[in-house]
Amino acid sequence: MSILVDADTRVVVQGLTGSQGQFHAEAMLEYGTNVVAGAVPGKGGQTVAGVPVYDRVETAVVETDADASVVFVPPAFAGDALFEALAADLDLVVAITEGVPVQDMARVYRRSQEVDTTLLGPNCPGVISPGAAKLGILPGSVFEPGSVGVVSRSGTLTYQIVENLTSAGLGQSTAVGIGGDPIVGMDFQDALGAFERDPKTEAVVMIGEIGGEDEEAAAAFIEREMDTPVVGFIAGRTAPEGTRMGHAGAIASGSGTGTAQHKIEALEAAGVPVGATPTEVAELVASHSPE
Amino acid sequence: MRLHEYRAKEVFAAAGIETPVSKPATDQSAALTVARELGYPVAIKAQVPVGGRGKQGGIKIVATDAELRAAAESIFGMEIGGYQVETVLIEDAVEAAQELYLGVTMDRGEKQPVVMASGSGGVDIETVAQETPEAIGREHVDPAFGLHPYQARNAVYRAGIDRSVAGDVASVLETLYAIWERRDATDAEINPLMVTADGDVIAADAVLNLDDDALFRQPELADFDAERREGTLETRAADAGLEYVRLDGSVGVVGNGAGLVMTTLDLIDHFGGSPANFLDIGGGADADRVAAALDVVFDDPNVSVVLLNIFGGITRGDEVASGINQALEQYETLPDPVVVRLAGTKAEAGRNALTDAVETVETLEGAVKRAVELSQGGAQ
Repeated sequence: MSILVDADTRVVVQGLTGSQGQFHAEAMLEYGTNVVAGAVPGKGGQTVAGVPVYDRVETAVVETDADASVVFVPPAFAGDALFEALAADLDLVVAITEGVPVQDMARVYRRSQEVDTTLLGPNCPGVISPGAAKLGILPGSVFEPGSVGVVSRSGTLTYQIVENLTSAGLGQSTAVGIGGDPIVGMDFQDALGAFERDPKTEAVVMIGEIGGEDEEAAAAFIEREMDTPVVGFIAGRTAPEGTRMGHAGAIASGSGTGTAQHKIEALEAAGVPVGATPTEVAELVASHSPE
Repeated sequence: MRLHEYRAKEVFAAAGIETPVSKPATDQSAALTVARELGYPVAIKAQVPVGGRGKQGGIKIVATDAELRAAAESIFGMEIGGYQVETVLIEDAVEAAQELYLGVTMDRGEKQPVVMASGSGGVDIETVAQETPEAIGREHVDPAFGLHPYQARNAVYRAGIDRSVAGDVASVLETLYAIWERRDATDAEINPLMVTADGDVIAADAVLNLDDDALFRQPELADFDAERREGTLETRAADAGLEYVRLDGSVGVVGNGAGLVMTTLDLIDHFGGSPANFLDIGGGADADRVAAALDVVFDDPNVSVVLLNIFGGITRGDEVASGINQALEQYETLPDPVVVRLAGTKAEAGRNALTDAVETVETLEGAVKRAVELSQGGAQ
């Protein structure tokens, strides 16, 4: 079992004919993901990596029975591509694109709620259920099948912590990158809830960072709703206050909330141990494991 | 990206918000000419992209040529929040009976825009928000429909703003939201919004922060970045498409992904070192971007060792390696030792392509320990 995706997930890649789209579609296929179609306006009729390309997402879905989309469309056109995906009756839309205007995402998010489609991202690495399917840009070789759920705001930090988990013998049920932008679709609470309901997930690692109050809200959710043990990690302990660190969302305000310290305290108060290093995170998960 | 007050006021005025008559000046004699044109008293205001100018002496009201000269003398060249004052705004001094606050921003938690109004303007609005949150009238906005007039009124009435001016204030808030939306702003604020004894409503200050990712839709504003400082490492990094923050330690850090770079800084601190900078090359960086990143870090005199930490997903190890080699080709001997940790997509190909000039370490924590050791004069 897993959350969001499994071996049956059928994927359409929006932007398949672009260099990123093609490179990562090939990596997804190599991993065993059912990439069944591409959608690129004006490129219908082509075949890329053995996958048929359609002009419209809707046609791709009708012809191939796809139920998920992965979007590799440049930022200026990503909002429109996401609306198109949301109009095509998919269960899951994964937005990899970095640099999508925030106001576009506010409108896209609202639409996703209206049509009841799970939106992941933008500016996210995607989702992987090791051994079954990966949708996005995550390096498949780092992951191993297992029972630890991973949810993270940061792509590369996910890979880092998963590498530590895997080398400690702790495989993953599903790893979800929710993205680092101020407005993302699925958030920590959505993913934590899904892991809580997944019988295969025996522990969860939640990877957060400075900025916003999502981790604080997630801490309250964990205390209220979860029996599955959760281990935390927060990036940005040494970040100076008031300075923006890369991710549009990663700025610690001077008011106390949003700082690493505040997030760590909120998690610890909710009974979530927080590792100081990626190695420590793996050790904390191991100490929670049934074996 | 933040606009200077005088640029933001141009945008506000063009949209129909009343602002005091004003004009920017870049030296004392120009300031004097403008002040005489407007007629005393005038306000002379430092143009810097940070709050708290008033408290630091960056805003003065003057009534004579002599007072203006003295004020200009002290304000030009002043440093406020790390920015040197190069431009002032000379503005008709408005006498206020009341000072209000209006703002529009994105509420990340609610994933919706929010408009705000407060009867306590002209002060540190963050303090008001923290200590008396009920003093701020808030209304969330459905981004598909925009702000309805009744919602603007809701916010204004909730803030307890006097009924005699509430309608006019609500209509300014509607215009402010329209600007926020059309200009792809992250924040738009008026603080203070002055109400005169005659009941006129005038924006005495203007804040407009634009979404950097949407500047392609705002070509006429894109060049007005008030935060830009020519010739600095920050500006060079920004021009190369890099996210860069200079810090005060000695370990130069280059990595991909904000979370991983922040974690690298945290680990440097954890193992007893001190980072010189945050530098994120972003997703899918090619060789040129990697080379530009190394150049920026080598040029920082505080840096004594460079730690390059890449975990490839969309970024490819082979591209990164060729960027490293490209950057190193310009040197007979490297300015500083370089520790490289490459993992993820095409990492092996990348490691194989690296020259012996750099030291490679397999694990993150191992690489950080090694860099910290080198920064403290450890064995090379």
